[in-house]
Amino acid sequence: MPKYTLTVNGGNKEVEAMEDMPLLWVIRDLLGMKGTKFGCGQALCGACTVHLDGVAIRSCSLPISEVGDGKITTIEGLSADGDHPVQKAWVQHIVPQCGYCQSGQIMNAASLLSSNPTPSEEEIEQGMAGNLCRCGTYNRIKEAIMTASTSI
Amino acid sequence: MLPNIPFLKKGKREDQSKIFVASRRDFLKLGSLTAGGLILGVSFQCSGPKGETITFAPNVYISINSANEVTLVAHRSEMGTGIRTSLPQIVADELGADWSKIKIIQAEGDEEKYGNQNTDGSFSIRMFYEPMRKAGATARYMLIQAAASDWDLEASECDTQDGMVVHAGKGKKVNFGDLVGRLEGAPIPAPEEVKLRDFANYKLIGTDLPIYDLQDIVYGKAVFGADVDLPNMKIAVIKRTPVIGATLISYDDTKALAVPGVVQVVKIEGSGFPPGLDKALEGVAVIAENTWAAMKGREALEIEWNLGENQNYNSDQQQAEMLESTKGKGKVRRQRGDFDKASKAADKSLERTYEVPFYAHATIEPPVAIAHVKEDGSCEVWAPNQHPQWARGAVAAAIGTDVANVKVNVTLLGGGFGRKSKPDFVVEAALLSKAAKAPVRVQWTREDDLHFDFFHSHSAQRIKASLDASGNLTGWNHHTVFPAIGSTGSKEELHPSDGELGLGCVDFPFDVPNIRIESHESTGNTRVGWLRSVSNIHHAFAIHSMMDEIAEARGKDPLENAIELLGEDRDITFQSEMVDGEFGNYGEKIEDYPWNTGRMKNVIRTVAEKSNWSANKAAGKIMGFAAHKSFLTYVACVVTLEKGADGKNVISDVHYALDCGVAVNTDRIRSQFEGGAQFATSLATTSKITFDKGQVQQNNFDTYQILRMPASPKNIHVHIIESQIKPTGVGEPPVPPFIPALANAMYQMTGKRIYKLPFKV
Repeated sequence: MPKYTLTVNGGNKEVEAMEDMPLLWVIRDLLGMKGTKFGCGQALCGACTVHLDGVAIRSCSLPISEVGDGKITTIEGLSADGDHPVQKAWVQHIVPQCGYCQSGQIMNAASLLSSNPTPSEEEIEQGMAGNLCRCGTYNRIKEAIMTASTSI
Repeated sequence: MLPNIPFLKKGKREDQSKIFVASRRDFLKLGSLTAGGLILGVSFQCSGPKGETITFAPNVYISINSANEVTLVAHRSEMGTGIRTSLPQIVADELGADWSKIKIIQAEGDEEKYGNQNTDGSFSIRMFYEPMRKAGATARYMLIQAAASDWDLEASECDTQDGMVVHAGKGKKVNFGDLVGRLEGAPIPAPEEVKLRDFANYKLIGTDLPIYDLQDIVYGKAVFGADVDLPNMKIAVIKRTPVIGATLISYDDTKALAVPGVVQVVKIEGSGFPPGLDKALEGVAVIAENTWAAMKGREALEIEWNLGENQNYNSDQQQAEMLESTKGKGKVRRQRGDFDKASKAADKSLERTYEVPFYAHATIEPPVAIAHVKEDGSCEVWAPNQHPQWARGAVAAAIGTDVANVKVNVTLLGGGFGRKSKPDFVVEAALLSKAAKAPVRVQWTREDDLHFDFFHSHSAQRIKASLDASGNLTGWNHHTVFPAIGSTGSKEELHPSDGELGLGCVDFPFDVPNIRIESHESTGNTRVGWLRSVSNIHHAFAIHSMMDEIAEARGKDPLENAIELLGEDRDITFQSEMVDGEFGNYGEKIEDYPWNTGRMKNVIRTVAEKSNWSANKAAGKIMGFAAHKSFLTYVACVVTLEKGADGKNVISDVHYALDCGVAVNTDRIRSQFEGGAQFATSLATTSKITFDKGQVQQNNFDTYQILRMPASPKNIHVHIIESQIKPTGVGEPPVPPFIPALANAMYQMTGKRIYKLPFKV
């Protein structure tokens, strides 16, 4: 089986995996990092969102063979002490209900704000449209992103 | 037999509680606690079938150690409602604890130890508010006694706050932790000596206390079902029967076993048809070293099925048949006066039909469970489960062991909405762990979730209303038909149960002199279950859409119409009008939780004021209204639509007014209503499950759509009535009134009534 060296949250990780194994399962099953979630396997819900070179991607649909030397950031590596402005805003607005989709929401929001630090309401809605929340925390997500945008 | 569904069966009422000294050994078994100090157990006394008192062992433990840490055991499942916070919040407030020092550990599923753990039916707060207060107050009493005796001061002059006993007059204070050593094994005060705090003195109840798991979730550390890792654990993905009731003829696993990482292929025997609520479906499981290998292995399976009796089932066809059946006479379930007479004498008659499709729960966390059947035959489970005791029993039955040998640990649930009450996926994990002789995680994919859900039933309804020449509503005839939840367990269950009709149908509250409510027969052809607010979804849509038409026919404002038709402020009892049936009242006695028209009128008036209904209507705003009581909570809802810049309709504002009695955690109440509006928007506008040839036609979130942020309601305003009446739940009540309120707003926008879900906004 092919071997890969991945850069995850600033460190190198060696893994052996089938070349078509999605990055999500590499992260969860092979590296044992459980913050990134499985939701649909088809890049339709955003629960598995991580950053590849700072940009939000759906890890359930990216085969490990295509990661190359890109730098992967997961929710565990977004900040040292949970003090990323998005995480702080999430706490301030008490965004989560069940919490399952929130890793993906937070990673997507952080990526959105790094490319557009002062998004309009419509830009937030469009930028977050790929992340589903069945509990319906959309309003608080929007408010939290607005709050975070003032401190980035 | 119906399962233990609280609102379908009269459940045990846990209305009396007893506080006692818990065994340290029992408490320590719960977790790696090093606590020394005060440990209290709380037992809830229940009435048995003949009204006798049954005392259970402790449902909840409180421990306070010398480091001033207060540990509470959460025995209800957390699926996003905030219950892991709200119940401890009540204990902590009575106790006078420092919330920052509270630790919560999750209880395993054990009826003897914890009493009812079925987290369902919006009843955790309703059932446990009072016992939690008593538990906290008892611990406070004991701490105060100890401190007062040390100080040689009157206990009645002392209080607790922030984890200390204080005597304000003398300026004395002492930490709980400094007192608890002496309280080990101390006698419990008589219940009559323990006084609950005055409502005005609560500091946590009635506040926006943030949820206990907030930081863990935001940092990605919270543990959900799939996040538990065990040594040597295998992962299983199952190819289940394509049609419910189909059976395996043969399978070839050669190619599956050739996939690197696949270790075993195992057949799971299903329970045939009807499938039952707690059994595994027939299938072939691929067990592998990782999830991806298991998924690829499943794709490589070659299976021949006998498709069985549901292979020609088509849900559109059944819905058309159900709709047709409502033209005839049904089984009368509630009767007042003589509808036929009223109808003949009517000056004006309305007759409308309503259709609602199947829905899937589509929790973002698909079902997943981990089981470890050990060499000695015992089994330990980790699962996101709403009803761990049911799972425990179902696993024991499936693997052939005693319930005592099964331990069910409850993780956080990545959404529940009723789906994760059913333990079928837990049973699968146990069966496969037994076969693999290793811990096994069964991972459902999204496709599995949508194909093999316990769906919210599709339905057809017909409502006839009669008005006399003065515009009085003189007659109401409601026909309802939908495959009953009971049909999942028995082919005999052709009518909805009393419990299902008690969800928004026979509890029609309006003061109409002639009422006849009828149900019709339909068969179950898949797995039917309960989804957030259950039959209230379709009943509320039909009734409050019709009420809007009646208001129009009477030339009345819909809110005034509803207030007028609710009649005098009074408690309504329904039982005397039930025909051969029982009025369920969500498992509560009607004397304890009456249907009070005054409380309903109050939420309607509140929502009118807060939404500025009259002025906004006069100014031409497009607004729709509905008010519906469910799960004993009163809710009125106003939805406002606007035209967006692109010409599309936007749900700009939602106003909810609600009366749930005491509001324990106001932030979580608001969040349930915010989320409830979003959830209901999905049901109303985006979601639909259909069957053809016995198979679900939707596969993933591309074909089974749930609401995304751009179309979500923009501003949701939640107005909580201040009350000291005993509390009721808020998880489900936001959903039912929203859908007709939105449909009624759409009528204002387009001039067209909506009779079928989902509809385009």
